[in-house]
Amino acid sequence: MATTDLTACEIRDAVRRREMSAAEATEASLAAIAALDPKIKAFLAIDADGARRRAADIDRRIAAGENVGLLAGVPVAVKDVLCTANGLPTTCGSKILQNWKAPYNAHVIERLLAEGAVIVGKTNMDEFAMGSSTENSAYFTTRNPWDLERVPGGSSGGSAAAVAARMVPLALGSDTGGSIRQPAALCNVVGLKPTYGRVSRYGLVAFASSLDQIGPFARTVRDAALLLQATAGEDPRDSTCVLNKDQPVPDYLDKLDEPVAPLRIGVPREFFGAGLDPEVEKAVRAALAAYEKQGATLVEIGLPHSTEYAIATYYIVATSEASSNLARYDGVHYGYRSSDHTDMIDMYMRSRAQGFGDEVKRRIMLGTYALSAGYYDAYYKNALRVRRLIRSDFEQAFEKVDCIMGPTTPTPAFRMGEKTADPLSMYLSDVYTVSANLAAIAGVSVPCGFTAAGLPVGLQILSGVFTEDRLLRIARMYEREVDWASRVPPTVAEVRP
Amino acid sequence: MTAELVPTIGLEVHMHLATRSKMFCGCRVAYDARPNSLVCPVCLGMPGVLPVMNKLAVELSVRMALALNCTIPDFAKWDRKHYYYPDLPKNYQISQYDQPLGINGYLDVETPAGTRRIGITRVHLEEDAGKLMHAEHGNYSIVDLNRTGTPLLEVVSEPDVRGAEEARLYAETLRQLAVYLGISYCNMQLGQMRCEPNVSLRIGAGPDGKPLYTPISELKNLNSFRSVERAVTFEIARHRQEYLADPGNYTLAKQGKSTRGWRDDEGISFLQRSKEEAHDYRYLPEPDLVPFVPERAWVEELRKNLPELPRARRERYIKMGLSEETADMLLAEAFVANFWDVFHETLEHHQGAGKWPIKRVLELANNWTLQDVRRALNEKTIDAPSLHAEFAKQLADLVVLVETGVINRNTGAEVFNKMIKAKLDLNPKSAAEIVKEENLAQTSDSSAIEAFVDQALAANAKAVEDYRGGKKASFGRLMGEAMKASGGKANPQLVKEILLKKLGG
Repeated sequence: MATTDLTACEIRDAVRRREMSAAEATEASLAAIAALDPKIKAFLAIDADGARRRAADIDRRIAAGENVGLLAGVPVAVKDVLCTANGLPTTCGSKILQNWKAPYNAHVIERLLAEGAVIVGKTNMDEFAMGSSTENSAYFTTRNPWDLERVPGGSSGGSAAAVAARMVPLALGSDTGGSIRQPAALCNVVGLKPTYGRVSRYGLVAFASSLDQIGPFARTVRDAALLLQATAGEDPRDSTCVLNKDQPVPDYLDKLDEPVAPLRIGVPREFFGAGLDPEVEKAVRAALAAYEKQGATLVEIGLPHSTEYAIATYYIVATSEASSNLARYDGVHYGYRSSDHTDMIDMYMRSRAQGFGDEVKRRIMLGTYALSAGYYDAYYKNALRVRRLIRSDFEQAFEKVDCIMGPTTPTPAFRMGEKTADPLSMYLSDVYTVSANLAAIAGVSVPCGFTAAGLPVGLQILSGVFTEDRLLRIARMYEREVDWASRVPPTVAEVRP
Repeated sequence: MTAELVPTIGLEVHMHLATRSKMFCGCRVAYDARPNSLVCPVCLGMPGVLPVMNKLAVELSVRMALALNCTIPDFAKWDRKHYYYPDLPKNYQISQYDQPLGINGYLDVETPAGTRRIGITRVHLEEDAGKLMHAEHGNYSIVDLNRTGTPLLEVVSEPDVRGAEEARLYAETLRQLAVYLGISYCNMQLGQMRCEPNVSLRIGAGPDGKPLYTPISELKNLNSFRSVERAVTFEIARHRQEYLADPGNYTLAKQGKSTRGWRDDEGISFLQRSKEEAHDYRYLPEPDLVPFVPERAWVEELRKNLPELPRARRERYIKMGLSEETADMLLAEAFVANFWDVFHETLEHHQGAGKWPIKRVLELANNWTLQDVRRALNEKTIDAPSLHAEFAKQLADLVVLVETGVINRNTGAEVFNKMIKAKLDLNPKSAAEIVKEENLAQTSDSSAIEAFVDQALAANAKAVEDYRGGKKASFGRLMGEAMKASGGKANPQLVKEILLKKLGG
């Protein structure tokens, strides 16, 4: 067994017990990156020197008997939407921030450092987290480790692929409409979107502020719980992050293996309708049967607003906020500035026209239109009304059931270029995930099998606000019954001795 | 057609709040710092940052809204107002659009035509932008972002103002209230207060009986009361002229609202933006901040703690016998007037004060407050919180020492400073202790004073000669020398008498 097959918990324990050094764990990760990333292209930037220095420091501190935290010596990759003051650029996958170096660390980066993690690099993503395949990255497309001709999903595709290809045991992503859960499903890893307000957004470059949330990627539920543990909790710099006194951060690990019983699982009709790939449905139904076998009750429920209207609502709310959040990239204070402008307005226009990619421009235009005088009520205000209906769909559902399950995505990983010409078909790959963001609830995708062609399928489990502890236990109930996580992607197996 | 043209003016007034830090980050607010030295990732609008509300700014704003008789709604929210300009790093300003923190108030303004009640539409809080300066040489501009994010209170009046003088008086009254309450320093040179009058003329009534108006012009960023009055005067005349030249066309219905600048040196306004060029600000509820939901009890506490407002207080002072000038000086800041009230009452009932006439008590209260206390405030050796009742009592003890002739007035001022210093050194002393320890009691022994006078005369023969030669100004010099010889402790009245006697002899 290779060092990179170890889970984060195993590495952490070994490092703490001094059976392995942080340096060894880091070297194994850097070696895997060197061997695999030229094919997979998960990383936009690798900080080998910084990681080595950091690992050496952790080893020194462990030798000195210091407590180095929950993630002692664990290599972690972070999506390039998180500000890092480590000297690497924070590009958000965009040309407009090509050389921009953040002068500060995001709250979650501070947390990782405080808990002894070793940050090895920044992962690729769709530009400003807008996309479902990483094809909207201004730099390159990340490949799915299970089939290099296919996309890893997105927008956090780099993080998902890095974990799936065992280059790192843990990665951070961000989820605005499914950007953690969808790539997790497509890459056979666990991806968790916490409740809105559970993790501070300070230092997460905003796409849609009322939907964005940072969350973990891992190969196991336990590792995802560990990374959530390290990052959750209050931060006075984010007013939308809950106070610990109102929502204490529970211990996500100590009862993780205790099954939830009785368990009532809501199965929404709307998540099994037209457009769902039969192989995906089969895998998800099998997972539901596995829960039934453990004594869970399946309850058919309706979420009338949560598929049909969710995508439309999402694309108004998200683009409106994006058009505002992205207004700051104008070439004046930082980032890309066109060199061929004639005056100030021209500088604004050319910098933005040259600095942003097509999908970002499309969404800025949609959002600008939705917020324009005379249209605001028809679009944005109505979208907020539907958003409240979606939220109440879930609230009503959670009165009857403990969680909701269904497929994470309608199809397995698609081929590169398959959907780029048709933005709407790309948007539909988020059809089951966006409603959780609109409702601000917690959701996770766990591996639940493979198609005949060997492509991973994800089971999505949704639960009410601030119930991540129960959500993780429910996910674990299934995970312990199956063995999907131990499968090694063919690209990874190839490079092994 | 001879419709009466009635000026119809509303004012938007912006004020920097008197907070130490900015609206949404911890950066210091200051006006004399090196450009771009008071900035952080938050006020620079860098990727990934989030705003955090300055609680003091909100409290000051609610106090101002209460003082303007506004209703404080149970729910106020923040909105983003979008426009592109290099002094606005995020290209949106965090402001309050449709649900501000104060609505439906009024301000009473004293005018030559009597008291005018001007409606207050709304009071809201926002962040200021930075400053853009065009380079003197070269085709570029430079930006200073120190001001970016400074808490800015906007007070919007109803179009109740009827003329240029009234517009100025409204702005002055608003300023007095804000400074009095410690809401804003309102230093107009520093840009801490800016006025934007919206001017229109009521033309008469249309066929449906509803009033008709000339187009509204908004005069931007006037930074003196004088320019408010001049610009409004100019604008009223311009509207009148434009309307009379083309009554059918120069109407609000046809031309809407435009934005105009004011050239103070030339005394003219000029068009900045017409209706067609008006911005679409694309307001968006600010998703990075939680709405402001004030607790009723907190609002009531703020209301209860508002001091007596300047207008009522001024009337009371004048009734008490203060001159208008003195009353206005005391009313410049509420905490000074509050101290005066306590100090005056302490003097009235103070043991040593005996039965001083009412007038003398007033004089003493004014004199010590506006001279000694004021000076110490200016020198920042004392501050507002130190002007408490106990301090008033200590000061009254000192005043009694002066008034009963134990020390003279100059020594009194000195003892006052020593009391403050002792307090700052955390070794507080009473006036009597200081007088005793430093042997400062006044000398009224005429033989001793005669000796000081003789000493002064002997050492200043030239001044004596001048005085006798008719140069009466030399008396002051000799008086000063004699006081100096006594170490400042001689009873000045006796010095004067003896000196006069000796010079006259």
